[in-house]
Amino acid sequence: MRLRRFKESLFRFLMIASLSLVVTAFVAILATIVVKGASAMNLAMLLETPKGGYYLGKGGGIANAIAGTLYLGLGASLLSLLVGLPAALALQKEYARPWLSRFSRLVLDILWGTPSIVYGAFGFVVMVRFGIRASMLGGILALSLVMLPIMVRSMGEVIRAVPQELKESAYALGTTQTEVTLAVVLRQAVPGILTAILLAFGRGVGDAAALLFTAGYTDYMPGSLLDPVASLPLAIFFQIATPVPEVQARAYAAALILLAIVLAINLASRLLGRRFSRHVIQ
Amino acid sequence: MTLRTFKDRLAAVHIKGSLLLLNAVAGILLLVLAAKAWPILGGRSLPSLLFSCAWSPWKGEFGFLPFILGSLAVTLVAMAIAAPVCLLSAVYLSEYAKRRTREALRLLIDILAGIPSVIFGLFGILFIVPLVSALEGSLGLPATGYSTLAGGLVLAIMVMPFIISVSLEVLRAVPMEAREAALALGTTPCEAAWHVVLKTARKGIVAALVLGFARAFGETIAVMMVVGNVPRVPHSLFDPAYPLPALIANNYGEMMSIPRYDAAMMLAALILMLVVGSFSLGARLVLRGIERRGL
Repeated sequence: MRLRRFKESLFRFLMIASLSLVVTAFVAILATIVVKGASAMNLAMLLETPKGGYYLGKGGGIANAIAGTLYLGLGASLLSLLVGLPAALALQKEYARPWLSRFSRLVLDILWGTPSIVYGAFGFVVMVRFGIRASMLGGILALSLVMLPIMVRSMGEVIRAVPQELKESAYALGTTQTEVTLAVVLRQAVPGILTAILLAFGRGVGDAAALLFTAGYTDYMPGSLLDPVASLPLAIFFQIATPVPEVQARAYAAALILLAIVLAINLASRLLGRRFSRHVIQ
Repeated sequence: MTLRTFKDRLAAVHIKGSLLLLNAVAGILLLVLAAKAWPILGGRSLPSLLFSCAWSPWKGEFGFLPFILGSLAVTLVAMAIAAPVCLLSAVYLSEYAKRRTREALRLLIDILAGIPSVIFGLFGILFIVPLVSALEGSLGLPATGYSTLAGGLVLAIMVMPFIISVSLEVLRAVPMEAREAALALGTTPCEAAWHVVLKTARKGIVAALVLGFARAFGETIAVMMVVGNVPRVPHSLFDPAYPLPALIANNYGEMMSIPRYDAAMMLAALILMLVVGSFSLGARLVLRGIERRGL
């Protein structure tokens, strides 16, 4: 009996220790980035583009990367939404036979798991084939490959969860599939769809590997679709690799900005999900 | 045909077309990678590429073994750290924690899962690398800190939220009656968790770990920031490693000048995709089964 009691408390101790390890890691990451980032943060970082000698520690900021990341994230979200929302709707049984929908969901699982560096390399090959150089367009295309599976998989779940009876009662009134989809299914699934978009946006905004060869990097604000564009993840990646301490410090500031954006999106998705669930019939 | 049915048809075409496009993208991705990797096989057999250590692209020697073993080493270190921590945490959250605690920690784990990998890499450079370097120093080794161990630690932290949340789902799917029956027989909660809950859920738990492995195997940026990137087979935890994703990321820009270099990179990408894809496919099929039929 003593032994069993001892085992119970040992087990409990190990579990609490593991969980504290996870929480500690979380706190350590946040604390490191916030402390290091805040000490390097100033208004110029947010509002200015790199000036001459920036990479030797002289003045300027990373407004180009902040704007670039938002452009890339929004562009890729829009593009993925254009294909992703209909694709998620197609997973319903009105549109795809069960085998096709099951098969597609497996394909999506594989695509979701595919490392973003593979999308980056693939995007690069395709761009070379069509003569596009590293540009915002390339970055948006590569990022939407990363975002699409995330979006469709999570949208598909909520759309498939819309009760069949609800749709059938609409069909009984003589509506077409499209009308049911727009008026019933989409309205029911709005909170889930918003969450899916924000989830994918948050993932895309932070992705560096897919942008490495496709988006390029520039010290200027984002211009046309065919020009290279800066991004926060790459700004962090490049600046931390320089030997100049002042420039490294800016990587910390950039990381803090990126972290703030990602956390804000995370928070927004939770709040929006709740805000828009009024129309949902349980 | 009325306007309504016309609109309906049009929308259906868009909807079905999008799904087909998505499936086509997966096929095209695989085909393009395979076609681009094909030239590297000219005059060489696949095993001789995969199991050779000689990596000198300018001499036309492409031996992938150091990179494959580097990837495996970093990933296995990460899993060795993450697996016990994640299982214990998931069991605690599912079996012991109050609902409130569980929800709060789940939120925290969700947030942790959403942090971009470049930030994990930065954290690695600022926190893990000095830690490993101090450890190396105390063991009397050359203390750079950029090593397999550092890569494994960063990777472990990255996959933890992922593994915990998947295995928590699986553990919650174990019927309450199973626990109650065990407890009624006079087991301690720990015995019930070990002999009943984990045993029932073992397939799903393995699937969660395999998913974590796949995720870790393909992770690029965070790992390459701390792992050292030296193309040699790592022999100890403190040797630098050079995983496959880092190989692609570091060399893509300059590959055009050396013949067959781009094909070698594509082969690396193809290997990554096939390994990660088959692992996550297998794990997803198991999890799908659990979702549909229960444990």
